[in-house]
Amino acid sequence: MEDSHPWIPNSPKGIVREMLKVIGVDDVEELYSDIPKDLMLNRPLRVGRGRPLSELEVLREVNKLLERNRGTDNVLSFLGAGCWPHYVPSVVKEVIRRGEFYTSYTPYQPEISQGLCQAMFEYQSMIASLTGMDVVNASMYDGSTALAEAVLMAVRVTGRREVLVPSTSNPEYREVLRTLISPKGIKVYEVPYEKERGLMDLEALKGLLSDKVAAVYLENPSYLGFVEEKAEEIVEMAHEVGALAIVGVDPLSLGVFRPPGDYGADIVVGEGQPLGLGLNFGGPLLGIFAVKWDSKLIRQMPGRIFGATTTLRGGEVGYSMVLQTREQHIRRERATSNICTNEALSALAAAVYLALLGPKGLRRLGETILYYSHYATKRLNEVEGVKAPLFKAAHFKEFVVSFEKAGVSVEEVDERLAKRGIQGGKPLKKEFPELGEAALYCVTEVHRKADIDRLVATLKEVLEVGG
Amino acid sequence: MGEFRQAKWEEPPIFELGAKGRIGCEVPEVEEEVREEVGDIYSLLPPRMIRDKPPNLPEVSEVEVIRHYLRLSQMSYGVDLGPQPLGSCTMKYNPKVAEEVAWDRRVTNLHPLQREEFVQGILKALYELGLWLCEIMGLHKVSFQPAAGAHGELTGALIIRAYHRDKGEERDEMIIPDSAHGTNPASAAMAGFKVVRVPTDEEGQVDIEALKAAVSSRTAGMMLTNPNTLGVFERRILKITAIVHEVGGLMYYDGANINGILGLVRPGDMGFDIVHLNIHKTFSSPHGGGGPGACALCVRRELADYLPIPVVEYDKLRGSYFLNYSIPKSIGRVRAFHGNVVPLLRAYVYLLSLGPQGLVKVAKLSVLNTNYFMAKVKRIKGLEVPYGPQIPRKHEVVISAGKLKRETGVTAEDLAKYLLDRGLHSPTIYFPGIVEEAMMFEFTETETKENIDKYVKALEEAVRLAYRDPSALKSAPSNTAIRRLDLVRANKWDTFAPNYRKYLERVKRRA
Repeated sequence: MEDSHPWIPNSPKGIVREMLKVIGVDDVEELYSDIPKDLMLNRPLRVGRGRPLSELEVLREVNKLLERNRGTDNVLSFLGAGCWPHYVPSVVKEVIRRGEFYTSYTPYQPEISQGLCQAMFEYQSMIASLTGMDVVNASMYDGSTALAEAVLMAVRVTGRREVLVPSTSNPEYREVLRTLISPKGIKVYEVPYEKERGLMDLEALKGLLSDKVAAVYLENPSYLGFVEEKAEEIVEMAHEVGALAIVGVDPLSLGVFRPPGDYGADIVVGEGQPLGLGLNFGGPLLGIFAVKWDSKLIRQMPGRIFGATTTLRGGEVGYSMVLQTREQHIRRERATSNICTNEALSALAAAVYLALLGPKGLRRLGETILYYSHYATKRLNEVEGVKAPLFKAAHFKEFVVSFEKAGVSVEEVDERLAKRGIQGGKPLKKEFPELGEAALYCVTEVHRKADIDRLVATLKEVLEVGG
Repeated sequence: MGEFRQAKWEEPPIFELGAKGRIGCEVPEVEEEVREEVGDIYSLLPPRMIRDKPPNLPEVSEVEVIRHYLRLSQMSYGVDLGPQPLGSCTMKYNPKVAEEVAWDRRVTNLHPLQREEFVQGILKALYELGLWLCEIMGLHKVSFQPAAGAHGELTGALIIRAYHRDKGEERDEMIIPDSAHGTNPASAAMAGFKVVRVPTDEEGQVDIEALKAAVSSRTAGMMLTNPNTLGVFERRILKITAIVHEVGGLMYYDGANINGILGLVRPGDMGFDIVHLNIHKTFSSPHGGGGPGACALCVRRELADYLPIPVVEYDKLRGSYFLNYSIPKSIGRVRAFHGNVVPLLRAYVYLLSLGPQGLVKVAKLSVLNTNYFMAKVKRIKGLEVPYGPQIPRKHEVVISAGKLKRETGVTAEDLAKYLLDRGLHSPTIYFPGIVEEAMMFEFTETETKENIDKYVKALEEAVRLAYRDPSALKSAPSNTAIRRLDLVRANKWDTFAPNYRKYLERVKRRA
C-alpha cells in the first residue's frame, strides 16, 4: 500500500492515513470486514508478469508481440468480406483522439456535453441523407447486430414471425441473426439466387412471400460484391404482402449508388467501418441503423437517438438524447433493446470522415474504387484458369474470383500467394460450396495499379509454374 | 481563482459551414492506364442504381473540419478534464500508454481474416488476456465476442438457455433483484426469459426469504452484481448462489461493479457460473462518449462448450495460436469477426502494467475513495445514505436527496446541474430506482483526494443554497456551454428533431 502509482493518486501513505481518519477506521482492510473471511482470495493473482511493469517495459513486451503481426503494411492484401481496407485521413484520428471526446461518457448531462451531442446529431443527419432515410440512431455494435435488431424490430412492428434473407448475404450476419432471434421463435428462410448473375431469384422470392413475413432483407452491394439491381422490385414485392424491407448497405458506395430510401426501404442497416475506422482486426466496428419517418418504426427503434431542441429559457438551440423511454435504463424488460454502450466514437469518426469527403469526395472515391476493382477483374481474367468476376452483374469493390479451371484448390492458391507476400481474398468454399474453388477479392482506393499488376503476375507465376 | 466557465462557441451545424466546391480530403487520382483500360465506369453500372441527387454532406476544407470538431470537443467533458463520478460506469483515468498501442499500425492495419501465421502477435495478446481475466474471475474459459456489457449479458443468457435445453429442460424464468442495472432485465427478456423480481432488504441486500419463494423448477438462473448497485457487498452470497443452484439454476454475474474487489474476492469462488466484464470500465479502456466498449465473458468449465464462436486458443503441438470455430454446442455467433479487439488490447496493456499487486491497489484505493466520500457527504444536511449507512461501501455509494427534495423542492437533477456549474461532472442520478432521488457516486481509484474534497464542498454549497434560495438551483447550469434544455420539447412528437432537415423546420425557425 505504501508505494505510489502514477494512475492511483491517493496511494502515498500520508494521504491514505488522512482519509482513513475521516472514515474512522485504521486500515483499508477494515472496509472489507463485511465480506465473509473464507471468501477472500488471500493469494496473489497470476496476472501479467507477476509484478507491475514500467511503461518502458510494457511497450517492450507489447512490441515483441506486435512484431509478429503482418498487417497490410507488410502484406499486399485483397481481403474485405465485411471489414474493408480504406484510407483513414489523419484528421479523423486527430479528432477522435481528443480527450474531451474519447474519455467522455454517454452524454446524460447534455449541458456540459453539447459538443458531443451536436456531433452525434450531425452523424445521424449525414447518415440519414446518405441513405435517404430520416431517423438514424447513434450506432449499434456492428452491421450484423444492426441487422438482427432490425429483424426483431420488424417482428414487433408487424406481429409476424418470418423473415427472408438472400442466400448470397453475409454468412456471418446470417449466423448472428439466427443466434440473436433464436429465443423469439422467428423463422429465417433463405431466398435463392440466379446462378448467372447472383441477383435474387424473384420467382423464388414470390413463393416464399406471404402474410406471415415480417421483413425481407437485401444487401446492396451484396456480400459477394454485385449490385442488386432488382432492389426496387424486391422492396415492392415485400410491401405488397405488408412486410418491411430491410436494406443492408456499404455506406461508402452511396456517393455513386442510389440510396435505399429512394427505392422504398423501411429500415437501412449496414457496416460503417469503411467510414474512417481502419481494420483493427475486425473491431470496433460501427452498426448503422436508420428508418423512415414513421412513428410506428421510430418508437420501436433500438439504441440512442439525439435530437435538436432549445433551452428552457431564452430559446437557444441545443442538443440532447431523445426518446429515452424506449431504452433499457428506463423501460427495463420492456425496452426495445438491451443496448447501452454503443460505438459512439466510431460514429464520430464516420461523421468526420463524411465531412472531409463531402458529396464530391464521396462520389470521386466511389468512382476511383470502381475503376480499380474493374481494372482488377479485367486483368485477373487474363490469367489462365481464372475467372473474375464469377457473376455477370455490376460490382462495386468486391467480386468473386473463380479458380475452378486453374486445377488447384483455392487454399493452395492462397498458400502460394502467401509465400510471396500476398494475402488473397477470402475463400468462399465453406459458406458457398456451390461456387467451387472461389474467393471473394476486394479492391479499393488503397490499391494502386502496380499492386493489382503484382497480384496478376504472381497468380500467373504460381498457377502456371506451381508452388 | 475565478469560477468555472466552459468554452462556448457559436458553432452552427456543420451543414452551415463551408462553401460549394470545397473538399476536406483528397481522393487518390485514378492512374491514366487504369482509366483507359476500364473506360467509362458508369456504362458498367445499371442506370437505375446510380444516385441522381448528391447527399447533403458539408463541403468544407480540412481546416474548417478541424476547427468545427475541436470547438465541439471544447464543449464536451471527459475524465481527461475532471472527475466524472458516474456510479456503475467506472469512469477511471485511461492510461495513455494504452493509446500508443491501440494506434500502432501493426494493430490498425490488421485484417480479421488474415492467415493465422500473419496474426500470431495479436492472438497471443488475446489468449493471455483471457487467461488473466479468468484468473481474476475465478472461472475457466473466456469469449471476447460480445461488444459491450449488455451484449455480454445477452450472450450469457443465451448460454443459460442453451444449457438447460441441452439437459432437456425448458426453464423460462430469470431472477433479477430490483436494484439491478436496467440492462439485466432487458437482456433476459431478449433471450426469451420472463423476469422475476426479488426485493432488497433494509440492509441493501437480496431479501433471502423472497428469493427462496421466487425460485422453482422454472428458474433458469439469476443475474446479480456483487457488490450490488448500492455499493454493498452481498454478504450472504454463498447462500444466494446455493439457493439458485439447488433448484438447478445458473448464477450470472454482472461484472460492471467489480472494481472494488479485484484480486480480493472472485465471483467464481462466490458460486457464479458466468461473468461478463466491461473492459471499458474496470480495465480502463475509454468510454468514447458512449462506446466502443468491449466485453469478456468468462464461464465455468462445464459451460465452455456453449460459448459463441470463435474462441482464441493455443495449439501446444504446433506452438501457435488460432481461432477455434468448432465448439460443439456453441450458441453460434453474436457479432461479426472476433470482438472489439482494440479495447481488449488496452486491457492487456493495463493488466501487464499493474500486475497482481497493482490490481489489488486499484481495488483498495477505489474503496478508500468511496468510503472517504461517503463519510464526508453523510454529514451534509438533507442528504442521506439509504440502506445500512454503517456498512462500508465498495466501488460506489448511493446517496438519497429525498429529504432535501421534501424540505426544499430541490431535486437530485437540480444538484446535478449545480455540480456542472462548478466544472464537476454529476453522478448517475435516479438510479437505482429503489432509492428516492438517487445520486450514485463512483470516484474510482484514479481520482485525487483534493477533487473529492472539492466535490463534497460543492455539494455542501448546493445544499446550503437549496435551503436558502431553491430557485437559484432551478436555473442551473449557467456556466456550461448551454443552459438547461427543454427536454419535453425535444421528445414531443411534433417538435422531435433528430436530423438537420427537421432541425431547420422545427427548431431553427422557432429558436
